[in-house]
Amino acid sequence: MARMKFLCDADRCIECNACVTACKNENEVPWGINRRRVVTINDGKPGERSVSMACMHCTDAPCAAVCPVNCIYTTADAVVLHSKDLCIGCGYCFYACPFGAPQYPRVGNFGSRGKMDKCTYCAGGPETDGSEAEFVKYGANRLAEGKLPLCAEMCSTKSLLAGDGEIIAQIYKERVAKRGYGSGAWGWQTAYRETIAT
Amino acid sequence: MLTKHIRLLAAALAVAFVVAMPVSLSAQQPTVVDPNADAVKEQQLLQELNKIQGRGSIPDVKSYTIEQPAGREWRQFHQVTLHWIGGIAVLGMLLLLVAFYLIRGMVRIESGRSGRTLVRFNAFERGVHWMTATCFIVLAVTGLNITFGKELLLPLIGPEAFSTWSQWAKYAHNYISFPFTIGVVVIFLMWLAGNIPNRVDVEWLKEGGGIVGHKHPPAYRFNAGQKMVYWIVVLGGGIVAATGYLLMFPFYGTDITGMQIVQVIHGVVAVLFVAVMLAHIYIGTIGMEGAVEAMWDGTVDLNWAKEHHSLWVEQEMHKDETARSPRPAATPAE
Repeated sequence: MARMKFLCDADRCIECNACVTACKNENEVPWGINRRRVVTINDGKPGERSVSMACMHCTDAPCAAVCPVNCIYTTADAVVLHSKDLCIGCGYCFYACPFGAPQYPRVGNFGSRGKMDKCTYCAGGPETDGSEAEFVKYGANRLAEGKLPLCAEMCSTKSLLAGDGEIIAQIYKERVAKRGYGSGAWGWQTAYRETIAT
Repeated sequence: MLTKHIRLLAAALAVAFVVAMPVSLSAQQPTVVDPNADAVKEQQLLQELNKIQGRGSIPDVKSYTIEQPAGREWRQFHQVTLHWIGGIAVLGMLLLLVAFYLIRGMVRIESGRSGRTLVRFNAFERGVHWMTATCFIVLAVTGLNITFGKELLLPLIGPEAFSTWSQWAKYAHNYISFPFTIGVVVIFLMWLAGNIPNRVDVEWLKEGGGIVGHKHPPAYRFNAGQKMVYWIVVLGGGIVAATGYLLMFPFYGTDITGMQIVQVIHGVVAVLFVAVMLAHIYIGTIGMEGAVEAMWDGTVDLNWAKEHHSLWVEQEMHKDETARSPRPAATPAE
């Protein structure tokens, strides 16, 4: 099985936010929630870099470890998914997540946390692949259709890569070798405990 | 005259520019352009702040933080450290109490019951106590469920039932915190006067409170042990309430790092609080004869009061006398 990962080539990201929009549209993400966002570091200064960030689908995911009801699980493709039926909205995954991926719709009179929502790698949830129930809760299940996450698929500069970790790492290595520089695979050390040697 | 000069100057500049251009071009040519020269480095940013922040274009300012690996340490605390602290505190206290009960047994009223009773807690005090106590038990059970439930209860009842229960437990934990907090505040105000530490407490503690031996060191309305429980409830309750509300209302006053720290404080104080309250429940029920009725119907036996709160009994008797003293004015009839 493939080990799915995201890789954002920050030297290519032009901060167009198409990935953010694509994600929102494809998954009909609830109001107020951004499964993916683009952040610019040192904005306006020499050497600024933009990084598109979402759930990194960590190895030995901290969110899954701390979940009090064990509702977060890792699929055979190493995608980290969760069950909204089991989630109690306690907020622990969001204390543990290094990437700020889990978010909660505000529900009820006191704005208490609803069921957690995060990037699913366009792989839906525990429901039957492609079912209506799955779409309503988690959004599209492109992976089941043999497609990659839409954010990466429609990235205009091919900065955001999705796919098997080894393959996208190889693409990145070749890019860096050809152009002579690269600011690294952002978040990989934290998420996967490895970096790409270039 | 002036235009001539300007024309001359312009011509000189043009010549200079044409001559200088190939020079400056050739000066730039050999150096390789390095777009990475000033580029931000992930590891360097993480070393500086242990998080990476930037600017985004969506309104959610919180999302501008893209990486904060500190969640790993918090995970270690929640999954390992807290389990040990909680396990040792709660189970350790239970074992200690069972052992103590087997060795010491119930602390009896040594002189037996006198049959005369004394009011110890009025209805308001008892009401506040039991409201806070009920809230505490619900909060303790639902709180322990968040940390230990998935290991202890989940395998027994299955994921669906456990999630349903935990969902209600979360609501209960959140909402019942409000009456609990009110209870702690009222307890603080209502019993403050009797719980200021004084010299009698030092003697009481030196004699081990009469729990270990069979001595009965003197005490006012609250002995040093009860004062400790009072301050643990007030301070511990205050801390769990304050930290709990910070967790309940995320990003009001704290960021994620703040919430991790707040959760550590909340968790540790809460499990220690539970351990202390187990001891409090023990000594108020099976640990001591005649103690539970103080909080149940509000009165205690006079001999119990004399043995455990001798100075308080004296005060109460004196109060009775002073209350009665104005009355004799009506009695002289001769």
